[in-house]
Amino acid sequence: MSMKRRDFLKIAGISSILSVGAKIAEATHPAWVTGPDPKQLVPNKQALSAKRWAMIVDMTKFKTEADTLKVIDACHRAHNVPDFRTPDGKVDKKLEVKWIWQAGFERAFPGQDNKYMSEHLKDMPFMVLCNHCDNPPCVRVCPTQATYKLKNGITMQDMHRCIGCRFCMAGCPYGARSFNWVDPRKAANLDVKRGGKLNNEYPQRTKGVVEKCTFCTERLQIGKMPACVEAAPKGALLFGDLEDQNSEIRKIITTRYTIRRKPDLGTGPAIYYLIGGSDHA
Amino acid sequence: MRLYNGGLIITGIVVFLALATFPFYYNIGKANAKPDIKLEPAIKMSEERYGKKQCVEPKEWIRREHMVLLNHWRDAVVRDENRGYLSTDTGTRFNMSLQNECMQCHSSKKNFCDQCHNYMAVKPFCWDCHIAPTEKEEARS
Amino acid sequence: MLEKALEGSKKYWAWLILLSALASVGFYFYLQQYAYGLGLTGMHRDVSWGLYIGQFTFLVGVAASAVMLVIPYYLHDFKKFGKIVILGEFLAIAAVLMCMLFIMADMGQPGRFMNIMLHPSPQSVMFWDFLVLAGYLALNAVIGWVTLGADRKGMPPPTWIKPFIYLSIPWAISIHTVTAFLYAGLPGRHFWLTAIMAARFLASAFAGGPALLLMLALIVRKLTKFDPGKEPIQALAKIVTYAMFANVFFLALEFFTAFYSQIPGHMHAFDHLYAHSATPLVPMMWVSTAFALISLGMLFFPAIRKNETTLVMACIMLFTSLWIDKGFGLVIGGFVPNPFDEVHEYWPTLPEGIITVGIWAIGFLVLTMLYKVAISVREQTAGVEIDH
Repeated sequence: MSMKRRDFLKIAGISSILSVGAKIAEATHPAWVTGPDPKQLVPNKQALSAKRWAMIVDMTKFKTEADTLKVIDACHRAHNVPDFRTPDGKVDKKLEVKWIWQAGFERAFPGQDNKYMSEHLKDMPFMVLCNHCDNPPCVRVCPTQATYKLKNGITMQDMHRCIGCRFCMAGCPYGARSFNWVDPRKAANLDVKRGGKLNNEYPQRTKGVVEKCTFCTERLQIGKMPACVEAAPKGALLFGDLEDQNSEIRKIITTRYTIRRKPDLGTGPAIYYLIGGSDHA
Repeated sequence: MRLYNGGLIITGIVVFLALATFPFYYNIGKANAKPDIKLEPAIKMSEERYGKKQCVEPKEWIRREHMVLLNHWRDAVVRDENRGYLSTDTGTRFNMSLQNECMQCHSSKKNFCDQCHNYMAVKPFCWDCHIAPTEKEEARS
Repeated sequence: MLEKALEGSKKYWAWLILLSALASVGFYFYLQQYAYGLGLTGMHRDVSWGLYIGQFTFLVGVAASAVMLVIPYYLHDFKKFGKIVILGEFLAIAAVLMCMLFIMADMGQPGRFMNIMLHPSPQSVMFWDFLVLAGYLALNAVIGWVTLGADRKGMPPPTWIKPFIYLSIPWAISIHTVTAFLYAGLPGRHFWLTAIMAARFLASAFAGGPALLLMLALIVRKLTKFDPGKEPIQALAKIVTYAMFANVFFLALEFFTAFYSQIPGHMHAFDHLYAHSATPLVPMMWVSTAFALISLGMLFFPAIRKNETTLVMACIMLFTSLWIDKGFGLVIGGFVPNPFDEVHEYWPTLPEGIITVGIWAIGFLVLTMLYKVAISVREQTAGVEIDH
């Protein structure tokens, strides 16, 4: 037999790698290779479900700034969102993370303002959050499918998988996404030792991942409405199934004039704003 | 036969061996006793929650495969919106959640996670995000 | 051949040690960033990409520019580039390597990097960018090594390498096109949402890359016995001139569209970059503009272009201009103003700058060693022209 030494070493090397690899695979995954039987994984019975979740923000129902602050607070508490402050107590713009917040008309709807519009409309604190678009650019650009669409229309974020490239933040035309520039546990409101309070039913995040509003999928799954909807004044935030003809939000959107943020970009935002008519002029 | 650059080669081999065996002599004399795993008070809580002492799957399987299970749970919950897991062992329906299920029974991260992980020198990333239960006094003793 | 990189004069070693020292300082600050998070940089939720991604973009162009030597040499049989085509290929290797390091430096969770491969996402431009960059690195490494190895033996390169060389041409175009697509396909970022983004990228790459290569070739000539010859330098200078014309023209087109249409969103970024930013961005952008026009003017006149002293001056200005425009301004322009029409300024922090310098030092370290190998081989076979 005339096998060259070089070839022998190659074959020996490769076969030993393969056999060791197989041994390791065998030792670590004797029970499951493909995972649990799909039949073992079941949705919750009490879960709220929809074909297409959507939200109406009725600006006539937000009377005072306290109303919006309560909503923001409820969301951020429910999801352990860090509240970074500068030493003088202001929001730290460098580290800021937010899921839902307020913005003036010309900020939420840039280009649609005019200089003669009523001060009232101009100063309205519009609740802004992820639009859970029909055709979300963030999902398109994500290189790991860490952000993706759920069947019910929610644009979800898998913080386990996110590599922190921040392409989605460049892609989102609504500024809805936040990055964890540092460990969120550094924020006083999440630090138990400094009087912070945590929602123990929801995780925190690690530094280096992107996060955003998830329409409270974790609450919908246990039969609860989103935290913001619960905290808002009655009827101010309406949450429901856009595909259901009989749902309250569908009826309102069909019968009244609503606007959406930047619909011309083709993203198909699912947050509708009711501004209200002459009653506030 | 002559070994060219012999000095360099031998020095290289010595340096390589020193580095490669570093973990062994670094640990010489350190206590490597197996952890004495304390299961209480977990089992009591399982009785409270499910009426009997049981884990999601048989104990031996869980010890070996819990990381695989958790990976599948994570994807099922986050990506497929399935929150319930039917045990192959008992058929009981469990909530697929580290914080809201596992750690409700295994209420001490120190006892149930750290002891073995430290012994095995593995550092899972779970607690970078997930909130560990507050350690009770009895767990500390 | 690699052993040639390990022997050299005292100056050679001093240069390597200097670069290693810079790289080490950069790496030290990277470890700080790794431990603390990207909060160590000047970025925030409104300007979520900064210097790192700007440098990445710029260097993809430098890498792609090797094709400006490969096309004339291999497709048009322009023999004069025979000596320096290897310099272009090795520059591409160093540049792609820097690109990858800048991406790693910019990632929030670098440890999860392999998720791109574990969950391939063909709808994401980032996924493709990763693939084409890795492919381009491999192509240039193989082509450069094989052709240089053949040169050393005084033989023509093996025929099997030819298809790889031809493949590297469209591949080079693709890396920069895909990089432009990272920006040009995002709704709501007016400054980036331009169909000529890829064309602009290629034009600036084919000006900036060869300008750098030209300077490197002259440095090599000064420090070693290796002489690329006068004609290839002049040929490069012409390439730089034409490409720079295209680049300035394209930029002017952008200005026209923004300001003649008077669409606010299209004008805002230009306003910020060239007029309103409270950071040193405004003077920087004007320096870039001035350098672009002056260097172009200088290159335009054959007398100035043929004088190597003035040629180098023009190249330095041109390279600086493009570095500011593409390596810095481009990224900020897309993010300011933000989707709410608010201005939130960005300026890199010192650690961010040091990490950037560190990555450049690693790039130059690799480049120096690769060039050392190439030149050592060339010095051995000096005077022998090999037909590829």
